[in-house]
Amino acid sequence: MSRRLLFLLPLVTLALMAGFFAWSLLAGRDPASIGSVLVGRPAPRLDVKALRDGEPPLTDGLLKTGKPTIVNFFASWCTPCLAEHPLFARLAERDGAVIIGIAWKNKPEEARAWLKRLGDPYKFAGADLEGRAGLDWGLSGVPETYLIDGQGIVRRHFRGPITERDVNETILPFLKGGK
Amino acid sequence: MIPELGHFSLILALAVALVQGTLPLLGAARGDDRLMALGRTAALTQALLVIAAFGALTQAYVTSDFSVANVVANSHSAKPLIYKISGVWGNHEGSMLLWALILALFGAAVAIFGAGLPDTLRSRVLAIQALIGVGFLAFLLFTSNPFERVSPAPLDGNGLNPLLQDPGLAFHPPLLYLGYVGFSVTYAFAIAALLEGRVDAAWARWVRPWTLAAWCFLTLGIALGSWWAYYILGWGGFWFWDPVENASLMPWLAGTALLHSAIVVEKRDALKSWTVLLAILAFSLSLLGTFLVRSGVLTSVHAFAQDPARGMFILAFLLFVTGGGLALYAWRAPRLQGGGLFQPVSREGALILNNLLLCTLAATVLLGTLYPLFLDLLTGNKVSVGPPFFNATFVPICAPLFAALCVGPYLGWKRAELWPALMHLRIAFIAAVIAAIVAATAIDGRATLAALAFGFGVWLIAGSLLEFAGRLRVGRAPLAETLRRLRATPRSALGMTIAHAALGVVVLGAVATAAWNTELIKTMRPGDTASFAGFDVKLDRVENLQGPNYIAERATLTLSVGGRPYTVLMPERRLFTVQRRQVAETAIHTNFLRDIYATLGESEAQNGWVIRLYYNPLAPWIWLGAALCALGGFVSLSDRRLRIGAPQRGKGRTRTVAQPAE
Repeated sequence: MSRRLLFLLPLVTLALMAGFFAWSLLAGRDPASIGSVLVGRPAPRLDVKALRDGEPPLTDGLLKTGKPTIVNFFASWCTPCLAEHPLFARLAERDGAVIIGIAWKNKPEEARAWLKRLGDPYKFAGADLEGRAGLDWGLSGVPETYLIDGQGIVRRHFRGPITERDVNETILPFLKGGK
Repeated sequence: MIPELGHFSLILALAVALVQGTLPLLGAARGDDRLMALGRTAALTQALLVIAAFGALTQAYVTSDFSVANVVANSHSAKPLIYKISGVWGNHEGSMLLWALILALFGAAVAIFGAGLPDTLRSRVLAIQALIGVGFLAFLLFTSNPFERVSPAPLDGNGLNPLLQDPGLAFHPPLLYLGYVGFSVTYAFAIAALLEGRVDAAWARWVRPWTLAAWCFLTLGIALGSWWAYYILGWGGFWFWDPVENASLMPWLAGTALLHSAIVVEKRDALKSWTVLLAILAFSLSLLGTFLVRSGVLTSVHAFAQDPARGMFILAFLLFVTGGGLALYAWRAPRLQGGGLFQPVSREGALILNNLLLCTLAATVLLGTLYPLFLDLLTGNKVSVGPPFFNATFVPICAPLFAALCVGPYLGWKRAELWPALMHLRIAFIAAVIAAIVAATAIDGRATLAALAFGFGVWLIAGSLLEFAGRLRVGRAPLAETLRRLRATPRSALGMTIAHAALGVVVLGAVATAAWNTELIKTMRPGDTASFAGFDVKLDRVENLQGPNYIAERATLTLSVGGRPYTVLMPERRLFTVQRRQVAETAIHTNFLRDIYATLGESEAQNGWVIRLYYNPLAPWIWLGAALCALGGFVSLSDRRLRIGAPQRGKGRTRTVAQPAE
């Protein structure tokens, strides 16, 4: 009899493992997600110098205007930023989006030259040379983009460049007053 | 039109598979010849239908037919032709279709080459094979139809996962699947044997070529995957103990064990139920690998095509196949009577040791891979099990395996003496010790374990070649006699020598690369220089490039020795704009004894670019050895005695033909 039980052992092991697998599938966990702690909370403090000469510094007031706002961290040395740049240009021109651009760890003159060359989609532009604002905003690199509603609450956080699909499926509906 | 034909072929294939999976089984139970004969016709028909379906999808990809949803999601008109073709299987639906295709092709191969099999066994094998096919075809048709249309058709597609746009990875999945699916045939043979209640030497001989073929393809598939990870991930390593890699390693270990235990069944009529269990496990682990990769229960550097809903289906399928097989095993295997008795020190004993160690290795990998999942579910703790665990568990178990590997072929069946076998190997032992001492003193005095492992590599090569030389009586008989013996040597023995020695080549490459590599990580600006592994490295420039479907930064690094230019390395970092993914293109300069490996990292604000340089001694040997290993398998496969249908049950067990090392 004990010999027979031995032959059952593989089957029992399989049943145990399958139970775990089914559990893990049903639990709906995402092992890769690191998420963003900012979504659903008020936007972090905004206090950076203006990128363009002669403009006032950027402050929290810009984020609670009653209108949805896009905050985009970029840098002239960042290749992915180059890739997403035309999308912001179009959002600003065609869709009239209010976009705040913050040049992160970027010399202001280089960032300005970059914007001059490619076009400047930013209604307000800030310079975060030391990366202090980046710390407040929980930046892991550039580009990162935040969608902020009229009450100053962060609704979406994109790490990495935005895509055409993000624009059509998330950003445009958000600008039209959705969430 | 053509996609609909493909879809229709797939539906017909499912119908044919249902017939093939049931009627021949009934025929085998009743002894009805007509029903049994149906199995072969059905297998060939099913293969033709799935080929037609696969051809239809390939046609849609090659002509960029964007009215097919799958092509839109995974292809792009600007893609080079090779990636349009590899795009067919570079996605979930297409890869499942490829799986179904290979399954059907193996079924057809059994029908064609299995003419010498007894009718009942062949019918049962074909029926089991078809039942597995039913699962995949139903999965395709009901949940992942690759031929779905979109209307209106978009102007262009979304492009293929950038990581897959690479020559190495284009052919990695087909090879891996040939391995995974190849084990379905051994599984089918095991189930058929359990149904018949008969496992004997002839059965083992019939199974062996299929195991060997699957094993060869899997070896190549794993090697290609590892090579890809080496040059695309840009971390300088070749094996990361990543769940996806482990998923392919487990069936390989089980398959290797099966390859060896089947020899014992063939020659000595022992280890029957164990061999049957291994045959079931090899395929089950292949399915488990697919499940882990596809379901998203584990995270991986190779993650693609993950979807929990599909995970549930694969899990159900895994339960059906493995659970069914193991239940049948629990019921029928206790009746399989083992034959030949033997002493612990004997060829059988050595092969059992091999099996124990290989299975322990497979269990270690399984545990290490699944432990994070178990712990997360039970306690909510997130951990990752990485190289330290595997280095501490996997590597030490390899030591006795490698030590015994060279001794085994010297031991006779039933009972043998250990000492004479060891005396035969004294030259190999001395060579290994010298290699270890040289490694420990001349190369790196701190890496004692690496030196030991290096010695093991030399031991494997020298021991295997020595055994082969002894078989040919090199130096002890006239040259003519040696040549005569070489011609008379069975291909299986030649294959064994090649594969065993090739393992030594892999070990040397892996040890040297892992232990004695030199690494330089430096933030450089154009014009900066650095000194690395005897070379003067200068970063000439970093420029932006526009590729067909990506934008990239490319660095130009000039390496010179004593002022004379040696080579120019141009690593790139590509951003695939459509999918928003960055891919490193490493630059590698190889001379087959070492690689110089350069990657371009992130740009760090004002300070320049992170340049990583690796000097990897013997790195090419890892893949060279793996390819040789597979070559050994193919040589063995070409052995006349292993041709399917050549051996007959009962009569014709050609005992007169020279047996390896008896």
